[in-house]
Amino acid sequence: MELDPVFLSRVQFALTVGFHYLFPPLTIGLGVQMVIMEALYLRTGDRQYEAMAKFWTKIFALIFAMGVASGIVMEFQFGTNWATYSRYVGDIFGSALAAEGIFAFFLESGFLAVLVFGWDRVSPAMHFFSTLMVSLGSIFSAIWIIVANSWQQTPAGFHVVGAGLARRAEITDFWAVVFNPSTVDRLVHTLIGAFILGGFFVMSVSAYYLLKGRHTDFARRSIRIALPLALVASLAALVSGHSNARMVARHQPSKLAAFEGHFQTTDGGTPLYLFGYADEQQQRVRYGLPIPGLLSWLVYGDARRPVPALDDPAIVPGGLPEGRHVRDYWPPVNLTFQFYHAMVGLGMLFIVLTVYAGVLLWRGTLFEKRWLLRVLVVAVVGPMVANQLGWAAAEVGRQPWIVWGLLRTSDAASKAVAGGQVLTSIILFGVIYLLLLLAWLFIMDSKIKAGPESPEDLARHAERRGLAAVAAARTGASHKAEPGA
Amino acid sequence: MDLNLFWFCTLGVLLAGYAILDGFDLGVGILHLGARGDRERRTFMNSIGPLWDGNEVWLVTFGGALFAAFPHAYATAFSGFYLAFVLLLFALIFRAVSMEFRSKRESPAWRGFFDVCFFAASTLATLLFGVAVGNCMQGIPIGADMEFAGTFLDLLRPYPLVVGLLAVAMFAMHGSIYLYLKTEGELQQRIHGWMWHTFGYFLVMYLFTTIYTLAQIPGATRNFEQHPWAWLVVFLNVLAIANIPRAIYLSRPGYAFLSSCCTIAALVFLFGIALYPNLLVTSLEGGVNLDIYNAASSVKTLKIMQIIAFIGMPFVLTYTAIIYWTFRGKVELGSFSY
Repeated sequence: MELDPVFLSRVQFALTVGFHYLFPPLTIGLGVQMVIMEALYLRTGDRQYEAMAKFWTKIFALIFAMGVASGIVMEFQFGTNWATYSRYVGDIFGSALAAEGIFAFFLESGFLAVLVFGWDRVSPAMHFFSTLMVSLGSIFSAIWIIVANSWQQTPAGFHVVGAGLARRAEITDFWAVVFNPSTVDRLVHTLIGAFILGGFFVMSVSAYYLLKGRHTDFARRSIRIALPLALVASLAALVSGHSNARMVARHQPSKLAAFEGHFQTTDGGTPLYLFGYADEQQQRVRYGLPIPGLLSWLVYGDARRPVPALDDPAIVPGGLPEGRHVRDYWPPVNLTFQFYHAMVGLGMLFIVLTVYAGVLLWRGTLFEKRWLLRVLVVAVVGPMVANQLGWAAAEVGRQPWIVWGLLRTSDAASKAVAGGQVLTSIILFGVIYLLLLLAWLFIMDSKIKAGPESPEDLARHAERRGLAAVAAARTGASHKAEPGA
Repeated sequence: MDLNLFWFCTLGVLLAGYAILDGFDLGVGILHLGARGDRERRTFMNSIGPLWDGNEVWLVTFGGALFAAFPHAYATAFSGFYLAFVLLLFALIFRAVSMEFRSKRESPAWRGFFDVCFFAASTLATLLFGVAVGNCMQGIPIGADMEFAGTFLDLLRPYPLVVGLLAVAMFAMHGSIYLYLKTEGELQQRIHGWMWHTFGYFLVMYLFTTIYTLAQIPGATRNFEQHPWAWLVVFLNVLAIANIPRAIYLSRPGYAFLSSCCTIAALVFLFGIALYPNLLVTSLEGGVNLDIYNAASSVKTLKIMQIIAFIGMPFVLTYTAIIYWTFRGKVELGSFSY
């Protein structure tokens, strides 16, 4: 049997990036909340906020370590498995990765050390500054990686030079690369997804404490920070998602058509299917529920203007070449459709859940609604899945291109790597990642069950340190006094 | 200096920065099983706890800069060394998580498992770095299409393996001096002995590798004829190596550490001189060398990257200085430690 290195490399990339992406959105979403908690501690001096900042920092460090460990794989994998792609885009894509290293990773990893190990070594203000820098660093990192990925989706600011094997994209305008047509929309949506996840994560752990009747003050205050964040972000996701879809309609019409299972261009308004099965053989959505004209209205603000479908040669970037069929330029339609619809559906659920919980919090009855707290404990899985689905829809919907309209995924893999080698590495990654995930969940579980320190413990700790400092100052003074005595 | 040469030098600086900084924490990993009992092992891990992650970013940035400045070299090397890089990635993953996971549970079996992981991953990563350097020195089969045309076993020839062992000996020495600086009491006394031992191993490997290089790789000194000032670096290198035992003997470990840093920097420099202007040398008839011109990105990208580096590097150096200053002094085990 011949092993296809391109297919296997795609499987490996999906596996490793999916695993990696469990962690960065959590750190981004948790980071902003730690900034808020520590700012409150600095303002009020309330030890409960200190307890919150310390506890969530410990959790943050555990998540961050997994993000770093799985992230290095991503950076090197472009070279190992996608060498042809790397040669083609190094001029542009490589720059974004290098900028991420210089501007984001050094900032994050440096100040993370102060954040985790520095509580007793630096002043509270310096510690707060470090938290702020780590949170900023995680956002910078998102900016550069999304610049790089958005350039793959909607390339701009380049020209193609060379021919045959030496063909590659060269940069002509740096700012056009950075602010290519999809960067801002996609960055905003990704960050919002991370904030929703961060909010749900903090709520999940806190709701668990409330149900157990432990650390109740800690849990209530954590929810008072996390719930508003999740609520605002869930609403913002709707707005930004709409903006994203319109952007995709403009720049990647075949991807939008796949999102919506829109196979045949018709006169008049295009319906939007709330759900269904996008059958590529029959070229229609089966078992679906269409709402007439809604897609046209969402894309153009005009319910009667037709949206171009997958059968329209105009959806092929650069025009349909002679002798090719438009079908050669389709992504896997049903897969894209399902990923996209599941993400949107989950997003709607987040709005319902956070608005309802927000109203109860406002009325002061949230913490007595035990069934809702139980829902919140498990609800964190929702945004985790939605973040994965969103990326899967964006990346599967980009096919057959690795760089939209320029380079096909099937032409981009390494020529020096054989299928057997990739299969070996997939199996190894699979086993190791599974073990890591289990160990990580086990440790997270025990950390969460152990819970935060109490404000009283922290006060005693501070007192001891204060006394020790005074004692040290005294002995220092007496040593100095000796020669004169 | 043209932009291509600027980027060649910058990659050298990033590589030297990585080797010096991650060198000592890899070295601590190599020596980890020499620590007795839980408290000593925690002391070892916490001596690098706040620092290793930032040190590793030098490698990540080196990778990104290589990708951006010389994409062909990045693509050829990474796809050519496929299995070696996958092994390296596993080693780096295990190193990261074994430090993070080890002390989170009380169970001795759990801790013992991650102790072994930490040692094995650190040693394997160091060995692979050395093997990679050795392969770059000796040349690898690259065809006229710039693609690697060999197998995994082509990378495990005697010379690269010798360089791999040199790397392990060098980082073990570097790590032991670092540990001496960070520990106290009876443990520190034991580490004093390790400094002598690891220095001995290093010296043997250094001399052996030097002779092997001169005998086996005639091209290694080719650039010295045109640039005789490079002999000065060789001289300084020897001086730095000689200063290590002197400083240990005089009980000035800080100087020993500095000398060990200089030794590593000088060796990275000599590696660069030996390669220049190539990045990857082919061992095939009719193959093509990847040099800093035919493997490079466009002039515009090199220029943009230069601006990014000039803006970014002062920040990087500032953070690094702040972090090393904050965590100066002996290791203290507290409630935030590993």
